[in-house]
Amino acid sequence: MKKKFNIVRSTCVPLPLENVDTDQIIPARFLKATDKEGFGDNLFRDWRYNPDGTKKDFVLNDPTYGGEILVAGKNFGCGSSREHAAWAIAGYGFRVVVSSFFADIHKNNELNNFVLPVVVTPAFLSELFDSIKEDPRTIVTVDVPNQTITNEKTGHSEHFDINGYKKYCLTEGLDDIDFLLRSKDKIEAWEKSDNNFYKKAL
Amino acid sequence: MANTLFDKIWDRHVVQLVKDGPTQLYIDRLYCHEVTSPQAFAGMRSRGLKCLRPEKIYCMPDHNTPTHDQDKPIADPVSRKQVDTLKRNAEEFGLTYFGMMDKNNGIIHVVGPEQGLSLPGMTIVCGDSHTSTHGAMGAVAFGIGTSEVEMVMASQCILQQKPKSMRISVEGKLRKGVTAKDIALYLMSRITTSGATGYFVEYAGSTIRSLSMEGRLTLCNLSIEMGARGGFIAPDETTFAYLKGREHAPKGEEWDKAVAYWRTLRSDDDAVFDKELLFDADDIEPMITYGTNPGMGIPVTGVIPTPQDASAKKALKYMQFEAGESMIGKKVDYVFLGACTNGRIEDFRAFTSLVRGRHKAPDVVAWLVPGSWKVWQQIKDEGLDKELAAAGFEIRQPGCSACLAMNDDKIPAGKLAVSTSNRNFEGRQGPGSRTCLASPYTAAAAAVTGKITDPLTLMN
Repeated sequence: MKKKFNIVRSTCVPLPLENVDTDQIIPARFLKATDKEGFGDNLFRDWRYNPDGTKKDFVLNDPTYGGEILVAGKNFGCGSSREHAAWAIAGYGFRVVVSSFFADIHKNNELNNFVLPVVVTPAFLSELFDSIKEDPRTIVTVDVPNQTITNEKTGHSEHFDINGYKKYCLTEGLDDIDFLLRSKDKIEAWEKSDNNFYKKAL
Repeated sequence: MANTLFDKIWDRHVVQLVKDGPTQLYIDRLYCHEVTSPQAFAGMRSRGLKCLRPEKIYCMPDHNTPTHDQDKPIADPVSRKQVDTLKRNAEEFGLTYFGMMDKNNGIIHVVGPEQGLSLPGMTIVCGDSHTSTHGAMGAVAFGIGTSEVEMVMASQCILQQKPKSMRISVEGKLRKGVTAKDIALYLMSRITTSGATGYFVEYAGSTIRSLSMEGRLTLCNLSIEMGARGGFIAPDETTFAYLKGREHAPKGEEWDKAVAYWRTLRSDDDAVFDKELLFDADDIEPMITYGTNPGMGIPVTGVIPTPQDASAKKALKYMQFEAGESMIGKKVDYVFLGACTNGRIEDFRAFTSLVRGRHKAPDVVAWLVPGSWKVWQQIKDEGLDKELAAAGFEIRQPGCSACLAMNDDKIPAGKLAVSTSNRNFEGRQGPGSRTCLASPYTAAAAAVTGKITDPLTLMN
């Protein structure tokens, strides 16, 4: 999963729905695993399959669309904090999710699994949905070093935000624990300070 | 400089500011349940790490636990494995573990406050979005992902961007039959399910002050359903009275010292929030949801609004409802009382008060699930179980249960449930299930009439 980021150039899978919650991304009954494998098979399970296992009319079942970029309506990933949702998105093969707005916890979960959430303006998102509808082969380029996203069909491009620390982690393939483990002196200094009201476990 | 309470607690826990990046924040309490922790423990193991401060971490299974026969092994082997894995991990890493049937077990967000493990001024995290519940104690509490759980295990710290601050004030006296649940559903209906995304919310105002701790826990629990990372209420005499004497609360001199500190935990009078919202308690009626996110709520006596976009249309289609219909009178198949939202003693008292002298409707299946064994015991001590039994209801054993249906308590496809839980997402309570969120009163009214009913019509 920790594939270093540079430039992602891909066709997109459109999901023009708002408030897509993590219960839809991965239903609770698939959360019983004790490892991170196999979640991609159950991504959007109940939107993809009928109870008898036959396929529903859903974009992931439509061979017209494919690629490493998922494009979704605003407030993507709301609800449950389950990181399994990010594992499912990564496991399915998406490396970038584009939306005009992400729920907080899910956004962090994506970043911690080397899936890049790219926040675009509502106008850019709307145009991108139109482009993909007109031409499913529309290419989007996400340039992480330069922090730009480009709709190659219209040529329109936008800057996106990512903090310098996370950008460094994504482009170098490092994670937060590597960083935190190196800060043990600072942690112990805080614990000894007066700021630590709950010194004892109580 | 004037500070918000959020600033005060957050700033005090800053270990360092990462250059061009997030804040490294010290965490006073980590809770772990069986669903979002196994991959974190596995990560720790593969890196050869031990928990930095094992005494600050508490583990308990709650999501998979059956609500009957907990003394027997869990029938579903996959659920059983997940629960056993938590027990083994807690032992291996030297963490406190409250297993099934342990009198300390229950839903993690019910157990933490009731045992005095969650205290004012703390930073509290758990791999569960409803960690916001603990904000009722005057703590900065928020849900995190599994990678972040691993961070806290390894370093007792987390890397986070500091959220913006919002104050939601509610003023005035609540109308009869209106509960904290209705306040939350009302707020969400006004600001939508993403209205507070990016913010940490402080609830204030005379209405909030007048809430019991149980009510405050319900309100803070639902902060995430407005998109907020967390929500909290400044600690006051209600908080101190609730905490005094609880197992893990400070004792003796430590108690006095703690209360002196806790009294300083309030936003300065001239503190500036990034956003301020003010609501009038008199505008709030008993609420119910009609759609597939918790922001889609209306008064129980209201009419389903016309959908404005594709998502709302999809929601109504899923719920098998039509715009313009009244919610009153819709046939109810299941009623669920419980969850970290409404699984506390006050919720069982409220439910009982309404079904007393009445009887469960014959076609309704009702699941009454206490949030913890302590709540279960209190229900017995107060004799509520006998009153409920007389009305045709039985008390089950504690756990998350039908809130997300990871155990056997699943609402069948197509069936309509009135539920006191927190989410009405498609399939949340079982594949194809249809959920209307409401308060314990409204759930009780549905349980005895077999249809959606205004609880006020059953109150004396």
